[in-house]
This record gives sequence, C-alpha cells and structure tokens, in this order.
Amino acid sequence: MITLEKRTSVPQWLRYATPLLAIGVTILLGGVIFAVLGYDAPKALSVFFLSPLSRADQIADLFVKACPLIIIGTGLVFCYRANIWNIGAEGQLVLGALGAGWVALSFPDATSYSILILMALAAMAAGALWALIPAFLRVRFSTNEILVSLMLTYVASLLIDWLVRGPWRDPMSFGFPLTPLYADAALIPPMILPVVGRIGQLHWGVPLALLIAVIAGIIMRRTLAGYQVRLFGEAPRAAKFAGFSPSKVTIGVMMVSGALAGLAGAVEVSANIGQLQPNISFGFGFTAIIVAFLARLNPMAVILAGLVVALAELGGDAAQISLGVPKVVTGLFKGLLLFMLLAGETWTNFKISVGRKS
Amino acid sequence: MSVTPLFEAKAISKRFGDFTANDKVDFAINPGEIHALLGENGAGKSTFVKMVYGVLQPDDGQFYFQGQPVSLSGPQAARAMGIGMVFQHFSQFEALSVAENIQLAMDQNESLEALSRRIESLSQAYGIPIAADKLVADLSVGEQQRVEILRCLLQSPKLLIMDEPTSVLTPQETEQLFTVIRQLADEGCAILFISHKLDEIKALCKQATILRGGKKIDTLDSETHSKHQIAEMMVGTSISAITRKAGAIGTKSLFEAKGLSRPADGPFDITLSDISFSLYEGQILGIAGISGNGQDELMGALTGEWRDPSLIAHLSIGTDDLRTLSPEERRRKGVGFIPEDRNGHAAVPSMRLTENSLMTSHSAPEMTKKGLIADDVLADKTRQIIADYDVRTPEANPLASSLSGGNLQKFVVGREIARAPKVLIVSQPTWGVDIGAAQLIRSALLSLAQQGSAIFMISQDLEEIFAISSHIAVLHDGHLSATYELEEMTPEKVGLLMGGAQGERA
Amino acid sequence: MYEELLLTILLTSVPLVLAATGELVAERSGVLNLGVEGMMLMGAVSAFGAAILSGSPIVGMIAGAFGGMMTAAIFGLFALGLATNQVATGLALTIFGTGFSGLIGAPLVGKAIDGLPSLSIPLLSDLPLIGVAFQLDALAYISILLVAFVAYFLKRTRWGLVLRATGANHDSAHALGYNVLAVRWYAVLFGGLMAGLAGAYLPLVLTPHWAEGMTAGRGWIALALVVFASWQPWRVVVGAILFGGITIMQLAGQARGWTIQPQFLSMLPYLATIIVLVSISRSGGVLHKAPAHLGRIFYPTR
Repeated sequence: MITLEKRTSVPQWLRYATPLLAIGVTILLGGVIFAVLGYDAPKALSVFFLSPLSRADQIADLFVKACPLIIIGTGLVFCYRANIWNIGAEGQLVLGALGAGWVALSFPDATSYSILILMALAAMAAGALWALIPAFLRVRFSTNEILVSLMLTYVASLLIDWLVRGPWRDPMSFGFPLTPLYADAALIPPMILPVVGRIGQLHWGVPLALLIAVIAGIIMRRTLAGYQVRLFGEAPRAAKFAGFSPSKVTIGVMMVSGALAGLAGAVEVSANIGQLQPNISFGFGFTAIIVAFLARLNPMAVILAGLVVALAELGGDAAQISLGVPKVVTGLFKGLLLFMLLAGETWTNFKISVGRKS
Repeated sequence: MSVTPLFEAKAISKRFGDFTANDKVDFAINPGEIHALLGENGAGKSTFVKMVYGVLQPDDGQFYFQGQPVSLSGPQAARAMGIGMVFQHFSQFEALSVAENIQLAMDQNESLEALSRRIESLSQAYGIPIAADKLVADLSVGEQQRVEILRCLLQSPKLLIMDEPTSVLTPQETEQLFTVIRQLADEGCAILFISHKLDEIKALCKQATILRGGKKIDTLDSETHSKHQIAEMMVGTSISAITRKAGAIGTKSLFEAKGLSRPADGPFDITLSDISFSLYEGQILGIAGISGNGQDELMGALTGEWRDPSLIAHLSIGTDDLRTLSPEERRRKGVGFIPEDRNGHAAVPSMRLTENSLMTSHSAPEMTKKGLIADDVLADKTRQIIADYDVRTPEANPLASSLSGGNLQKFVVGREIARAPKVLIVSQPTWGVDIGAAQLIRSALLSLAQQGSAIFMISQDLEEIFAISSHIAVLHDGHLSATYELEEMTPEKVGLLMGGAQGERA
Repeated sequence: MYEELLLTILLTSVPLVLAATGELVAERSGVLNLGVEGMMLMGAVSAFGAAILSGSPIVGMIAGAFGGMMTAAIFGLFALGLATNQVATGLALTIFGTGFSGLIGAPLVGKAIDGLPSLSIPLLSDLPLIGVAFQLDALAYISILLVAFVAYFLKRTRWGLVLRATGANHDSAHALGYNVLAVRWYAVLFGGLMAGLAGAYLPLVLTPHWAEGMTAGRGWIALALVVFASWQPWRVVVGAILFGGITIMQLAGQARGWTIQPQFLSMLPYLATIIVLVSISRSGGVLHKAPAHLGRIFYPTR
C-alpha cells in the first residue's frame, strides 16, 4: 500500500536531485537485471555507459546521435509544458524528412547550399502540418490528441514506405526501396574544426540543434510566447483570464513541436543517410519523449538530457558487438530511465509512504 | 415534552485549524417534522449536516438518535441508522442508467431488475416520474435530483437531509418537490431542509434553526415569525459600523451594461437574464447575494472570458464597446478585474510573483523590450506592489503558493489597483483572508473610488457590502435587482432580496 | 482458396482480439495503458521460453499470460501506486518491454517449438467456407469465450458496474466508498494477462520461433481497436476481423497485382480509428464515448 500526500512546498534541491537520482537508479537496476540473467554486470554496464565515451570521435558521435533527440525534445517541451500531449513526433519527423526529400529530389543538380535552407523550410512546414491535424481536431472537436497523433505516426511511416518503394524509388536501385542519392549540396556537410579537423561523424546539424535548444530556452523563459505556454500549462483558467486563447496555444505548441520534429527528420537524412529509405528513424520521436522528461521540460536542459539518452543508444550498439545482445536492449535502460523519472516527479510533488495506513 | 426527538445534537463543535465552523450547536428534530436550517454562506450549515451524515466527525458534542447516544463514523453508518441525504451538488455517473446509479449507492446487494422494479413502483407512489433504464446524461438536473431523492427513499429513511434542493429546480419542479416532502413528512419521516429562500421556508417548514458565524442563534416557529424577523436573525443586526466617508459621486456614467444574458453551460450553472447596471465616477456598487446565484457567470461575462456579443445588448466603458474584446483588451480600455479565486484564476500559485504580475499587464508596451520580457521593469513593478500593499513575502520574488491567503490577495488587489483602472470589477475581495488584510484591501478600494474610479463589487459578506458600498444591488437566481442607495437599504431588506422576496419594497 | 484466406484472417485477428479486450477492460476502469506492445512482447518471450523449457505449448500459454500480467504490474506500480502520468508510463512500459524481451530472448533466437495444435470441432468444421472458423486452436476459442465473459461481466455484474463507474468518475466512485485503486489494479492486471496471451499466440500459433520485436506494432493496433470499437467488447471482434482482413488482403492483393497500393490499405485501420475518435467526440451521446476519467490521475485523499 503506497500512500501519497501532496507536498505543501517543494524543496529546491529535490527538483535537481531527482533526474540525477533517476539516472543512478536506472544504471543500478540495469546492472541487477544483467547480473540476474547471468551476464557480467560490471562489464555490461561499462560497455553500455563508458565505452562510448573513451575516444574523442566517439564523443563527437554522441553529439551526432543526440542531435535529433535534442531538436525533437525541444519541441516536445513546449507541448508538454502547455499540457498538450503530442506523442506523434515520430510521424512528424517522417513527414519532415519527406518534405526535405521532396525538395532535394526535385533539384538533383543543386550546387548551392541554399537548397538546405529550402529543405529545412519544407521539412518544418510538413512536420507542422502533420501536427496540425491532431491540434485542429482537438480544438474543433475536443478529440484526444494523444491517440490521433499516435495513429498518424503509423500513417506517416506507411506513407514513406509507399513513396520510396513506389513513385520516388530510384530506378537504378536494383529493386531496393531507396530514392536517388541527394545532390552533394543537399547534404549537411561534416564539421571541420580548427586544428583537429573532422572528428567522428560530427556535422553542422549538431550546432544547429544546440542553437535551437538555447533559443527555445530564451523563448520559454524570456518572451511572452513562452510565458503564455507556461501559464496555459500551469493554470488554464488564469491563462484565459490573462487574455490568451486556449486554441491558439494548442495549435501553436503542436505546430512548433511538429516543425522541430520535421526539421530533425530532414537533418537526420541529410547528414547521415543521404537518401530516403523506409526506415529513417530508430524511434527518435518516441525516445525524445524521454529526453523531454529527463530535462524536466526545460529546453536548455534538453541538451544534457539528449546526450545522456544518446549514450544509452550508443551503448546499445556497443553491447550488440561485445556482449552479443540485440540492440533493442537499449530500450531496457530507456524504459527504466523513464519509469524512474516519473517516479521522481511523483516524489517531487508528494510525500510517499509505503506500508499500512493507520 | 413526552416526545423523544428522533434526532438530537448537543453542543456540537467542529474546528478546521483556527477556524471554528460550528460552535456548540444544539439541534433537535421530531418524526414527521419539516425543519429548516437557515444561514448565510459560511454560517456553518454544510459543516453541520455533513457531521449528521457522517461525512465529517465533530470535535466536541454528542448526537442522539431516538434518545440513544450515537457516533456517526461514516455515511454508511448514517444510512444504516436511517439517515439519508440529498446533496446540493450531487455527482452522478452520466454514462450509467438511473438504476445503475442507484445500485452503486446501495449498501445491500440487489439485482438490477429487482431494483428497477422497486424504483418504478416507488416513483409512482410518490408521483416522481422517472424511467429506471434511462441514462443519467439524458436527464434534466431536476430529474437527476429526483434520482437522488429516490435513492434515499429506497432506503426508507427516518431522517432525510436536503441541502438546498430547490437551487437547481424550476418553480414547477419546486412545487412538485414540496408535495413529495409533505407526503414523506406525513408518513413520519423527519426532513432537515437547508435553504436561504425565505418564501420556501415559510411555505414548507414548521421550525427553523438559524445559524450565524458557526453559532446557533435560535430555533423558532417559522409560521409565526415574519420574513423580516427571520432575515434579520440570519443576517444579524450588528452591521452598523459604516466606515465609508461619503465621497462625491459623479453624474457621468463610466460603465454601462444593458441586457446581458447568458445561458447556463452545465447542470449547476446559473442562467443570467437581462442584467443591466451603470457605474458612475466614485461609486462603489456592492452586489450582495448568496453564492451560486450567478456570481461566477456574471464575472466571466464582464471579464470577457465568456463572450457572445449577440447575447449582450450593450457593454461599454465610455464610448468603447467591450462586447467582443478579450480580457486583456478590456483591461487596456481601463477596466480592471479581480476574480474571486486566487488559486489558479486571479493568480497562479506555482508561478513567481513577477510572473503573476505579468498576467494582467503583458500587453503594456513597457513590459517588453526587443521581444523579450523586460525583467527589470517587471521586478520594479512587482516590488512596488509588494511595498505599497504590505505584502509579506518570504523572499524577494517568491512563488505565489508560499504566500498566505491574505498576502496573496493583497498582491492580487494591488496588482489591479496599481494599473489605476477607471472601472474595477471585483468578486469577493476579502474572501478567506485575515482581518488585517481585509481592512487594507477595503481601504484601498475606497481610496480608488475617491480618486474617481467606479467599483463593481460582488460580495457575499454583507458586512463588507455595507461597510464600503455607496450603492447596493442584489443578485438572485441570475437576476440583478434595481440599484439602491446605501441610505435606503437595511440588512433586513437585503436579506429579503437575497432570499428571492422580490418586489416587497417597504 | 477463400477458406485459406479466411483462416489466415481469423488467425491474424486472434491476438488483436485478446490484447484489445484486455485493454478495453483497463480503459473502462479509467486507465490508459499504452504499454500493450511491451506487455505482448513480454508475453511472447515468456511463452516461447516456457514452451522450450517444458516442451508444452500449454505451459507456454500460461507462462505468456503470467509474463504479460507481471509486466502490467510494473505499470500498476508506477501509474497507480505512484500516480505517474499514464501516457508516459505506458510508453516507458513499451520501450522497456521491447528491450527486456530482447535481452531475455537473445539466447532463444533460432530455436523452434511445436505450436498449439488445432482442434477441429466435429460437424461445424465440415461446413463449407465458414468451417475453417471451427478448425482453430484452443487459444482462439478461448479468446471468444473471454470476450463473452468480459461483455457479460461489464454489462451484467455488479463488479462490472463498479468498474465502469470507476472509469466514468473516480471521485464519485471514491465518495461512494469504492476502492478506486484496487479496481484499477485488477483491471490493469487483467489487461496484462490478455496482452500476454496475445503475445503468446504469436510464437505458439503464428510463427513458431522468437524474434525481437516480433509483435510488429500489433499492440498499437490493439489500442486503436479499442477506440474503433468505442469500448464495446463485441465490436472489438468485428474490428479485429476487419483489421486482420485488411492486413491479409494486401498480401493477397499484391499477389494478384491489385492496383491499390498495400500501404494505403494498411493505413485504413489508423485512419478509421481517427474518424471514429472524431465522430465520438462530436456526437452528444455519452454511451459510446471514452470513459470520462480515462487517463486521469487519481490518488485517494484522507
């Protein structure tokens, strides 16, 4: 029997301590599970969480992996802050990739990098429009945005599947479901740093992601738009009394998060793949939900949270190679982490006592 | 003398923290008696009946049932003893049928079919037509209340408590309800009838117990006492200390509302019908009335949180039409608003005071610089409000939730007055705050009026109404009475208007 | 030819019926558990592992149900015990279940088992065309019995009424003295049991081996089905056959060179679900609406 009692005041340290504690407990529990299943737990944990950090190029790859998570997570923060539950970022990402892909494939001979800007705009528009569907249905008919955005994710993945197998397929692909390769100008170039040059897969999408998170942080904290979102999430009646429109906020946050998810899709394809294929995302849209929670819905903290979650992702790759466990095992840590974060959220707001009530 | 009361309460007290909700209340009711429990909001009626029904436990005192001391540990115990209660704001399961709703509330197990038959036969016996298989969602509020009554009757109660049962009924439905109540009383069931409508009490009840400020004032024969006498006891006669300095009231109308109507949204909402009033320079128009008579609905229509220009004939400040404007646009025109609820409506507990002050000033040009919120301006402004209105804060810019109710209310009132509104519309400015804060708030309102602004003040606190209003009107059942000058009003007259005794002008 | 097609459709729809019926009960009690996919995977890996160890598909079936239920208990611990956000908790459960089943199942990859045998019902199975509906396995028949049980339980029994009341308004149910959390715990565990059985059906009947993520989105379809069925048990069966039919049709269609693209057929269930969602939120009727307190957090006070 667990009893919860609402805290009258929340100690400040608790807000910062819970995400850290959640990470710690997750690693601990993960280790226990590995040990119980007969794996060498310390080795497994070090493969997961230390090996991806042992070289500079690996750390660079960590940023690459975190890049889409940070971009999407930032958008989701706006939604969740406003108490709007967009869980269809995965589908919005796919639509973004399609939007950008459409531009890239329309200009196969592009030589100017300005095509990247066009692609980004197309991606953001496509993602935002995809997110507009659940937003509109919610505002107009009060339809549950959780279920609609989720359903649309599957529609989106079927849509890309059809396009890359059908109308957009490269005739030269020997029957593989692939579009033609993008023109070089439509690819996000790798970053060449002074002195060290190229490290890992580091590309210009990464600083873009960091910039987006920082700008989002400023918007959230320092502008009226961000204030509106926060007010609406904390107390809808007060937001209405302040003169803000619930419909506009709902549509606004959904479109922002859709646009950012779309942008992430464009960046991911353009920087790492170079053409469209049926699977362009490995659940980034869902994983970014964890990132948003880990950041406690704070855009700047999304950067750190994105890196932590990306570490688990890379750990999965490493574990596949050296432990022989499937890559999906990374989900074990991601799932546990989300559980622990949610429990931490409860602990922040409630006094938890276990045992019989008197 | 020989009759043992069916139910008796002796010296019942109940405290919530420092607040004494019931102070040594005595009460007795005989079988077959219809007994009214009267009092203003906050007089302690609800607390008392909740203890009788076992929802709350008294701190002191003793209940007796048929002469035996009893302890009512919960509603189940009360029901087992033969006490039933019809709540004012009953909550039923809309998606379930009448019979299913009743079955859920029954302590003994009975098949749905058998129960449905009993419901229908009982509904015929009492002339309360209701179909047992209908969904509650398809019933009117009056019909839903019949379900509640039937639920109680199925348990053959000896004492039936009814908490303001007529507040959700039409006059015709009220008449039908009274027939049922009288029939029940004839069969020997005692009825404890809570109301503040004096006409109804005169029509229905033999005895009336009056509570004021948690104390029992008297139990009297409601048939031999006039409505005036009862109203006076309910409101109290101690209201005499008028602190208001007679300020000059201008002849220029600042604010006009004409023909404002608003249909009810939900089952417990009040329909506003044809509300009209004008506000003049320096005037404080106090709107008395028991809560749930349309205060929230009126407030929402005036702030612009609800707006439908087709249902309002006229709403203007000066020459500006307000009907289509949002709350913030109305504020820009010089109207200030203070809603009643400071937790999540007038203020947000989980945000800091600076963010709370931004709520009603975000469209002011000085609040943003190059697209960013001007934190320094906002902090200055907030500091100023804190200083001017003596808001006691644990830190410079605390979360609103860390302030006491009185301090947060001072902040909210200060925030609006600092904007120097030409017209201030305020609901319950001192609800639930300490005396010190209440005094500061009232004198702030008075000085705003003295500077020539007009104030529209909804309040259930008659003392407050008489203390600072220059004019008084009464809101009853979605209707606003004519506006009276303070001098021609007495607490007793207000009490009559509040009880719905319209047109009995002395 | 048509018999074969019908048989495939029925087999495809069994796990959908099982999982959706379980989720329906949970949602009727007010709990939105998005972890169906995770619970199904845990059920599948438990069933497959137990079937290998014991050599008996029946033991596998029971283990699958148990595995699903234990996974649901994790959800209950957080979403009910700790009152965490149900949407996020459900997602966590799916992510966790996918990962954990992959880890447990890693040594099982490449092994094979004997599935549940089919049980022909005499006479009925000889009927033309629809006879195939009576040549199914035990779990398929059980799934229909379970739907009948759930339909009866919800509509006809007092505890079914209490469960519906809990989903309709947990505050009122609490005020009437019902233990909201206990009701929801039972509902969530039942949902897990059913999802576990649904997962077990995949290795025990459809494809007799284990592969990570072998449910391939069926858990999400089950969630859509509950909405599609507007929370009515028998409609789940109709919906599952329709959904299953669409899946099979595209395979059959491809073979015959239909012009309609299979992806568009596959979209239909999701689009239909959205249309159902919109139409139920538009219509005034309360009967086919989502339980009013679906997904809302409840913790008892006092």
